[in-house]
Amino acid sequence: MASSLVPSPSTSFFHTTKKDLNLSSFSSSSQRCHKHASRKIYCSVAAPQQTQRTPSTTGSVKTAMTMTEKIMARASEKQQVRPGDNIWTNVDILMTHDVCGPGSIGIFKKEFGEDAKVWDREKVVIIPDHYIFTSDERANRNVDILRDFCNEQDIKYFYDIKDLSNFKANPDYKGVCHIALAQEGHCRPGEVLLGTDSHTCTAGAFGQFATGIGNTDAGFVLGAGKLLLKVPPTLRFVMDGEMPDYLLAKDLILQIIGEITVAGATYKSMEFVGSTVESLNMEERMTLCNMVVEAGGKNGVIPPDSVTYKYLEGKTSVPYESVYSDQQARFLSEYRFDVTKLEPLVAKPHSPDNRALARECKDVKINRVYIGSCTGGKTEDFMAAAKVFLASGGKKVKVPTFLVPATQKVWMDVYSLPVPGSGGKTCSQIFEEAGCDTPASPSCGACLGGPKDTYARMNEPQVCVSTTNRNFPGRMGHREGEIYLASPYTAAASALTGYVTDPREFLQ
Amino acid sequence: MAFFSSTATVPQNLTFVSSNKLSFSPSSTTSFNFVSFPSFQSKFCKTITSSPQITRAHAPPTPSTETTTASSFHGLCYVVGDNIDTDQIIPAEHLTLVPSKPDEYQKLGSFALIGLPDSYTVRFVESGETKTKYSIIIGGANFGCGSSREHAPVALGASGAAAVVAESYARIFFRNSVATGEVYPLESETRLCEECRTGDVVTVELAENRLINHTTGKEYQLKPIGDAGPVIEAGGIFAYARKTGMIPTR
Repeated sequence: MASSLVPSPSTSFFHTTKKDLNLSSFSSSSQRCHKHASRKIYCSVAAPQQTQRTPSTTGSVKTAMTMTEKIMARASEKQQVRPGDNIWTNVDILMTHDVCGPGSIGIFKKEFGEDAKVWDREKVVIIPDHYIFTSDERANRNVDILRDFCNEQDIKYFYDIKDLSNFKANPDYKGVCHIALAQEGHCRPGEVLLGTDSHTCTAGAFGQFATGIGNTDAGFVLGAGKLLLKVPPTLRFVMDGEMPDYLLAKDLILQIIGEITVAGATYKSMEFVGSTVESLNMEERMTLCNMVVEAGGKNGVIPPDSVTYKYLEGKTSVPYESVYSDQQARFLSEYRFDVTKLEPLVAKPHSPDNRALARECKDVKINRVYIGSCTGGKTEDFMAAAKVFLASGGKKVKVPTFLVPATQKVWMDVYSLPVPGSGGKTCSQIFEEAGCDTPASPSCGACLGGPKDTYARMNEPQVCVSTTNRNFPGRMGHREGEIYLASPYTAAASALTGYVTDPREFLQ
Repeated sequence: MAFFSSTATVPQNLTFVSSNKLSFSPSSTTSFNFVSFPSFQSKFCKTITSSPQITRAHAPPTPSTETTTASSFHGLCYVVGDNIDTDQIIPAEHLTLVPSKPDEYQKLGSFALIGLPDSYTVRFVESGETKTKYSIIIGGANFGCGSSREHAPVALGASGAAAVVAESYARIFFRNSVATGEVYPLESETRLCEECRTGDVVTVELAENRLINHTTGKEYQLKPIGDAGPVIEAGGIFAYARKTGMIPTR
């Protein structure tokens, strides 16, 4: 596996061992003397990129911050923050959904009072998406609870669904929260977005601080509009090289998680930079940031650029201000990847860091393929899958292939956008010709199992290649199910052979 | 519900006066403030009867102060491995249960750790039961990884577990444990999941940062709670915010 962990000579950074990040074990150091007497940072600084300047001659060294630190400083109305600081952070957007919303609302009412009002009716975005198309009464009731709350509070953004038999009959309904947030213009550079879902980190693709929280914290934010957060140190991932046409962002993040393990980024921020990252479109950047939590990461960030601004055009009228890591910002570690040397990957059962080359798993017989979720159910993901089916020259899938578009908009794109090189065919036509299941109603679907009647839920012990984000035991339903996480290219290729398959079998 | 060791004789019926879930006061030799968790107040109080499922092998070796609250957790331990994710702690199909509703809170407890693979031959909550007989969960690295679902620490707390002692935690689970007060999240210095076995009788002494395994006779150092300390001492995020003037007092 051609990745290199190279201390970059161009960026000064300091190393700490994983355990040293526990603030209680810090005490003051000589080189980077901080005001807190009880903190110690073990420094090993690589060759600095500029002429050596002593700290006293340059004020900028003291205030150099990473992107995440800058966003949090601004949100806490401080000039400067450092990793480890616990700060009261103003929240720009709070998102919740049908699984955690009712609980958060319960806590909000209990702590702030039955008649309490949310801190800002335009900053709370409520998106039913998890257990929607089910006959489970409690699940349906939970959407009703959201509706009652939104009516009572006059919440501006509530993407409601009432007619479960036909998602298209619900003009407000969107689908998967993280994709809906982006598509509806709620993700903006420089802001703080909290959500009651671990994959809230997806929004970091827009250059904002976005992370997942629980019901109690969300109940607090609903009333107070702020939260006590600890500033994380940042790991930097530099990806350079032209993206090979058989690789997708999913392969990149699986590469990284395999490298640093499921706890490698715990309590840390993950910053993704480099020419490859700059070449990714917004949906691919979202995939990259989406699985930050699978490495234990607190949040992921990608510097905003013209790609970001183009995507945002027409989506939001709220002014925003991008921030970027200072040149002399300190990173915990820097990892460099030459993407031209990478190959399609899978994460084998039962952990997202159980990395393996797809081609080395070609003898693994599979029972089904699932293409969907915030990780792998966006328009670009379906386009990618369609590309593989197209390249196969009309082959048909050998196993049931489930397609669950993340949102209504994705569903419409699947049915209307022409796939390049297909002579004007849409994804849906290509999928139909390949023998896939009809694209289903947009929601989180079977990514996390859900109620027993959830479409594509794994109710028997089977082997599945999935474009989703987690493969712990029982994730998609059955405890003995075996889930191979993969890119949409790899998933489509595997569907065509009935085995875990490297997409180069079809794409080259 | 959380069970606490108190004096040498454990009364048959323990009624907790305090309405807080995890209430404890330090031993008389220290001078901490009275610490408590604010969540799930009066509704969830608190007649704890000594049921057959909750066994107490024997009282803790050192006597503590004569109060209805204590500075330690005592009971049987349940040992799990590394990377126990939230899907194993509470499978997604049970997430329709809303933790802030009392009857659904209890139901969540009955499903605690039901997602563990069959290689775990002893179940955390026996089939048909709603409470566990294990007060302390001992885990490996990255306990609570995966989803942000607060149902996870809630299910553990609702089942009757008092504390988790893990080698390390995933951040959202740790944060949720502190915020809810459902289980006290402690970190061990060593891999206790390799030192202890399910069914061992253990005592966790908070002030001394120590775990004693009475079955093996060994003692282990635990890490101090760290940054979460002030929040826990204040009584959770809401109490802390009120105390520091961030939100108005009620």
